[in-house]
Amino acid sequence: MLSRIAESLFWVGRYVERADDTSRILDAYLHRLLEDPWSDEDAACRSLHAILGVTPDPEFSCDIDQVLEHLAFDRTSGGSIDGAIGAARESARRAREVVSTEMWECLNSTWHSLAEHRAAALRTGPHSYLGLVRRRAALFFGLADSTMNRDDGWRFVVLGRSLERVDMTARLLAVRVLAAVHAPDWPTLLNASGADESFLRAHRGAGDSASVAGFLLLNRDFPRSVLHALATAEECLAALADHGGRGRGPYGRPDATLLPIGRMRTRLEYLDPEVLRSGLPGLLRDLQEACTESAAAVAAQYFPYDGPVSWSQEGV
Amino acid sequence: MADVFDSYTMADAWDEMFERPGVVRAPYEPVFAALQPLDAAELSFRAEQMARSFTDRGVTYAHAGEERPFPLDLVPRILDAMEWDAITRGVRQRIQALEAYLSDAYGRCQVFEDGVVPYRLLHSSPHYHRAANGVEPPNGVRVHIAGIDLVRDVDGGFRVLEDNVRIPSGVSYVIENRRAMTRVFPSLFAEAPVRPVDEYPQRLLASLRAGAPEGVHDPTVVVLSPGVHNAAYFEHALLARLMGVQLVEGRDLVCSGNRVRMRTTRGEVPVHVVYRRVDDDFLDPLHFRPDSVIGCPGIMSAARAGRVTLANAVGNGIADDKLLYTYVPDLIRYYLGEEPLLPNVESYRPEEPGQLEAVLDQLDKLVIKPVDGAGGAGIVIGPRADRATLDAVRERLIANPRGWIAQRPVMLSTSPTLTEGGVAPRHIDLRPFAVNDGSDIWLLPGGLTRVALGEGNLVVNSSQGGGSKDTWVVPRHRTRGEGGPSILSAIAAGETLPPARGVAPRQLGPAAEQQGDQQ
Repeated sequence: MLSRIAESLFWVGRYVERADDTSRILDAYLHRLLEDPWSDEDAACRSLHAILGVTPDPEFSCDIDQVLEHLAFDRTSGGSIDGAIGAARESARRAREVVSTEMWECLNSTWHSLAEHRAAALRTGPHSYLGLVRRRAALFFGLADSTMNRDDGWRFVVLGRSLERVDMTARLLAVRVLAAVHAPDWPTLLNASGADESFLRAHRGAGDSASVAGFLLLNRDFPRSVLHALATAEECLAALADHGGRGRGPYGRPDATLLPIGRMRTRLEYLDPEVLRSGLPGLLRDLQEACTESAAAVAAQYFPYDGPVSWSQEGV
Repeated sequence: MADVFDSYTMADAWDEMFERPGVVRAPYEPVFAALQPLDAAELSFRAEQMARSFTDRGVTYAHAGEERPFPLDLVPRILDAMEWDAITRGVRQRIQALEAYLSDAYGRCQVFEDGVVPYRLLHSSPHYHRAANGVEPPNGVRVHIAGIDLVRDVDGGFRVLEDNVRIPSGVSYVIENRRAMTRVFPSLFAEAPVRPVDEYPQRLLASLRAGAPEGVHDPTVVVLSPGVHNAAYFEHALLARLMGVQLVEGRDLVCSGNRVRMRTTRGEVPVHVVYRRVDDDFLDPLHFRPDSVIGCPGIMSAARAGRVTLANAVGNGIADDKLLYTYVPDLIRYYLGEEPLLPNVESYRPEEPGQLEAVLDQLDKLVIKPVDGAGGAGIVIGPRADRATLDAVRERLIANPRGWIAQRPVMLSTSPTLTEGGVAPRHIDLRPFAVNDGSDIWLLPGGLTRVALGEGNLVVNSSQGGGSKDTWVVPRHRTRGEGGPSILSAIAAGETLPPARGVAPRQLGPAAEQQGDQQ
């Protein structure tokens, strides 16, 4: 697989997952705001920005319209839903001969239809817009699962999706932990992760902060949990590294792309439950760092570039 | 009910569909019968459906930095088998002569020695590349893919308008147009045995593989594209996908020791044949434009060393220089000893003594074309140009007679086309695509019919706002079915399928097997 194509596929996976997660988070938050007339709109909107790594202007009050403009409709930002879908489409277009036609049409027609749904969202509220994005993301990954060979191309899509999922879930939890004053309540967090029903069934309707954090971080079976996403990313990386006898460094250690992910995965597997109560901030920070480190190692290993033009003067 | 052809008025040109008002040419009868009962609203509905599907599928070209769906008209253009056969033979003959000329011009130069073509024509061509001198392609093919533009004049005869043997584009729209038409008008295809176009990618791949360097038995073929911002990116990606080969950009390739490799996630992999969709000038910054960042440094040396095959070959531009075009009939006589089967459009060569004056005298009656223009750019249509334009082109002709040719205007044939104001005649041309694998020159049945969407407009290029039509090749005598609706038209009409004749309806369960045994 061409390095450039692999890179595009990796980013397609990341961007579609980002659009999906962002729309889940927005939907859960905005729904909560509407249902609870006593909630502080300004504070809630600020915590939303914080989750997604955007700093709003402290001078002005922050409202729902502004949040939607920044986090949903801003075409120029890869951190907004519209921007992420656009970036995913552009990446898929660059890998057009590898991405299946159905996957491409799904992204392309979604992107073309966003403007219409955005206009509708401004009139009747964002729910249908956010729902569309989630459905299309599900359709996209479903098509990837059912139309792509289980080759390196598919692995790069799934790897991108998994790393993004770890990162987004860690962000979501971090806001709850770090900004406790304006933080969303636990049911909203579960809802934003699509985990509310699974959680209730697993915990028979009862739970506290530690058990919610534990579910979102450590559940082996729930596909949006951090542990599950890490394990998936690790499988992809191991399969990518296995070919051609690479993947093992000195002493038979896994290569640089696997190390940070593998370490985090084992750390979670053997986590002392007490950490969920006392050590969460450090753990979440380490998770995000591990994702960044692994993504950088993947780029160095599989997407090597030496500038737009490489000169190699030689005789004619 | 008003039918769509009610208000159709034929233009002052050969009409593809109507022999005279109300009389439909034979090959068009089924199409006419199918379209006539539809009203304008129904046609627009289907046209919108088609445009929507093109947008969703990303069947677009870049125009002024914007992705646009390539407009496809609903009314197909139809050629019968005999017309098509004549075109095929004419195009083949022309490509054979052009191949012979290229081989000669980059080799022994006999054609110049014998005075058939003046030497100066070669050396003054901006597309003549010394780097191509002495490069002998493995199977002798330099023109792997050709697009020969044809027009039909007022008498219905086909003439060659220009030859494209560098990087002709448009074949992806032939493939996509057909796919769209079969979806919107399934019943039409059920009745007319239209020759399919989906063979093209495999023919192209076979020709590229056949041109692989000596000793390479299982060559790796790639398509080289300037990237996603190129106007024809859609086509590059489509061809790579349908051939099952990699679509690479210059930065994906590395050359060293006269070998070309591509960067993959598992290291560098050798490349043997490059179907390049990058112009000569940008292909290799070491040989051509040093400022090009879309090419691959060293690829030309690898080609000269015979380690990689470039398709089409570098330097082919000397064969589609429009001044050379005026000599092609002579080349056919010289190399093949045959009379040209497809005539040229009557042309002048301003660079020859006496001809410049003749051209200047009747500037307002001629079409003036730059010899190395593409996409219809720079063409001045004398009878329609204003004084200022004519004066400007006069000056440019005097300053650089080698840079221009002049042609008698051809009133291109028209075809009924869906416009805002209903179905109306619009001028069309035809670009058949030919693939040469060294032993056979194969033509994609039909090719790309481009249509000038403006009323009376004679320039059909997409960059000038043109559209296209699905182009059908059908047998001369339609063999009708045994009566009754065919399966596809039944589906189109929403009927349930009749059981196939002679086969008992299958039942599920053990009984079905027993019945099958009795047959």
